Amino acid sequence: MKTSLATAVCFCAMAIGTIACKNSSSNPETESTSSAAQQSASNNKAGDSATLTLPAGFSAATVAENLSGPRHLVVTPQNDIYVKLSDAKNGKGIVILHVDGNGKATTTGGFGDYGGTGITIKNGYLYASSNDDVYRYKLDANNRVINENQPEKIATGLTNKGMHNSKSLVLDNAGNIYVNIGAPSNVCAEQGNDKKGMQPCPILETAGGIWMFKADKQAQKQNDGVHYATGLRNVVGMDWNNVTNSLFVMQHGRDNLHNASPQNYTEQQSAELPAECMYELHQGANAGWPYMYYDQNQHKKLVNPEYGGDGKKEADASYIDPVVAFPGHMAPDGLLFYTGNMFPEKYKNGAFIAFHGSWNRAPEPQKGYLVAFVPFNNGKPSGNWEIFADGFTGGQEFMQPGKARHRPCGLAQGPDGSLYVSDDAGGTIYRITYHQ
Amino acid sequence: MSKHFLILLLLGCTSAFAQTKQTTTATGKQLYAQYCLTCHQEDGEGVPNMNPPLTQTSYVLGDKKKLIAWVLKGSGNEKVPIDGNTYSNNMPPQSALKDDEIAKILTYIRSNFGNKASAVSTAEVKAARETVK
Ligand code: HEC
Repeated sequence: MKTSLATAVCFCAMAIGTIACKNSSSNPETESTSSAAQQSASNNKAGDSATLTLPAGFSAATVAENLSGPRHLVVTPQNDIYVKLSDAKNGKGIVILHVDGNGKATTTGGFGDYGGTGITIKNGYLYASSNDDVYRYKLDANNRVINENQPEKIATGLTNKGMHNSKSLVLDNAGNIYVNIGAPSNVCAEQGNDKKGMQPCPILETAGGIWMFKADKQAQKQNDGVHYATGLRNVVGMDWNNVTNSLFVMQHGRDNLHNASPQNYTEQQSAELPAECMYELHQGANAGWPYMYYDQNQHKKLVNPEYGGDGKKEADASYIDPVVAFPGHMAPDGLLFYTGNMFPEKYKNGAFIAFHGSWNRAPEPQKGYLVAFVPFNNGKPSGNWEIFADGFTGGQEFMQPGKARHRPCGLAQGPDGSLYVSDDAGGTIYRITYHQ
Repeated sequence: MSKHFLILLLLGCTSAFAQTKQTTTATGKQLYAQYCLTCHQEDGEGVPNMNPPLTQTSYVLGDKKKLIAWVLKGSGNEKVPIDGNTYSNNMPPQSALKDDEIAKILTYIRSNFGNKASAVSTAEVKAARETVK
C-alpha cells in the first residue's frame, strides 16, 4: 500500500507540478518525501500505535493515548497542552496535559463542558470553541487558566446545522479572531433535486465562509462579525501567517462528482477530484463554492456539474486561485506555519498540513491519512508539497474508512520547536522531533 | 412461493409500465454500488461520525414504509439521531430512482451486511412513494 499510495500521490501531484518524484517506478526510493530515507518511529506498542514514517533525522513518539476525540491542540511555553475534545467527557471538553522531560504527558486537569474543535492561545488568553460559540479564558503568567468556570463568551449562536459545524479559530496581530463557519451542504443543491444547484446559493449568507470578530468583545452575534471571506465549503485547518501577515486556510472540497454527473466523471476521476485547496484570504475573498471547484490536473477553476459544468467549462476568473492544490478527499483538518528552531532550515515558515484521510474514494482504496509539508519562502510556496509523516493507519491498504485507527487532525508547535499531532480517531497525541 | 413470486413480478411490471419506463436489469448490489456505496461503504459500515452504518439499524430492519420514505426523502438539513448516534453528513434524497431500483437496493441491504429481513417489493415502494409526495 505504501508504494501504491506514494505512486498515486506522486502521480497526481506530479500532474499538478508540486512534488518532486524522481521517477514513477515502484522503487521504494521514489517515496514522496524529499528525502528517500524513511525511518520508523519509536512509538510501537504491539500493533496499537501506528508506526510512522518520517524523513531522515526525524522521530515520533506517543506522548498521550486513549484521549476521547482530540481535535485541535495548543502547547504552552511551560509544556502544558490544552486539547479540545470533539465531545465533552465527564463534563470536560478541554483536557490539560503536562509533558515531562521524558516526553510523556500526564493529564493534569480538564474543564469546559462543551465539545468542539477550535483552541488557540494569544496575548494571555486561551480561546476555545464549541460548535456554536467562542469562549476565552484569562491565563496567568504560567499560561494556566485562572478561572475555568467563568470564560467570557466572545461569539455566540453561530450557524450550526450539524454538517460541517466545527468552528476552528485563529487570531491576527491586531485584536481580531477568525472563525470558519462551514456550509451544511455538499454543493448547495435544491432540496429534492441533488443534481441542481441553487442560484444564488442562500447558504452563503450565513455559512460557507470565514467571519471575523473582535477578540476582546463579549456576546458578539454572527451579524456583529465581519463576513471576511466567502465561497468556502468547509474549513477546519487554518493559521495566521506572520510573514505575510494574512490568513491561510485549507478547504475541504466537494464530494461525489461521479454520482453528480456520471457522463463527465469516471469513478477514478471522482476519487481524485476536486483538489483540496490551500487559500490565502484577504477581506472580501471569494473562493467560489458551490459554483466551482479546482481541478489540480488541469490547473483550472471549473464549473460544478450542478451549475452546468461538464469537467471542462471554466468558472468566473474572479474567484481566487489556490496557493497549493492537493489531491481530492484527503480532508485537511490542521494547518500550521512552522516558526520553530528545532527542524532544519528548510522547514522554517513552511506549512504543515494534517490530513484526516478520505472516505469518498470508493471504489478506489482510501488514502491521505498523513501530515504533509509545503516549503515557503517570502510567504509563497518555494517547492513541491511532500508527505512528511505517514503510516498512521499501519500501512495496509483498505476500502473502509472505519479501518483507519489513527487519523491526523490537529497540529501544534512545542516550545522547543517539536511538532505535535493529534489523532481524533485513536485518541493519540504524537510528538515529532529532529536530531542531527 | 411461486404464486407469491408471480404476483410480485406482476406488480413490478405494472408499476414499471405505469411509469412508462423500463425496469432495470441491474442487480441490487450494482445499484447499491452506484448510488449508496460511496457514503455507506462496501460493507455497509458507513464512516464513523459521518455516514451511519446500515448494519442492524432500526431503520434498515424496521418498518418498510418508514425505510422507503427515508430513502426517498433523504435526511433534509436537520440532523436525525440514528439509534442514539448523530452523523455529520447529509443524505441526499433518492427520489430520482425508480420504484424497482429502490426495491432492489433495499432488498439487497436487508439481506446483506449481517441483516436478515424480508424483501422489499416494487409495489411497496410505489405505495410508499404516494404517501411521501
Ligand atoms: C452523500 C452520502 C449518502 C448517500 C449517497 C446515501 N446516504 Fe444514506 N445516509 C447518509 C447519512 C449522512 C445518513 C444519516 C443522516 C442523519 O442522521 O441525519 C444516512 C441515513 C440512511 C439510512 C437511515 C439510517 C441507518 O443507518 O439505518 C438509511 C436506511 C440509508 N441512509 C440508506 C441509503 C441508501 C439505500 C442509499 C442509496 C440509495 C443511501 N443511503 C445513500 C448518507 C448517504
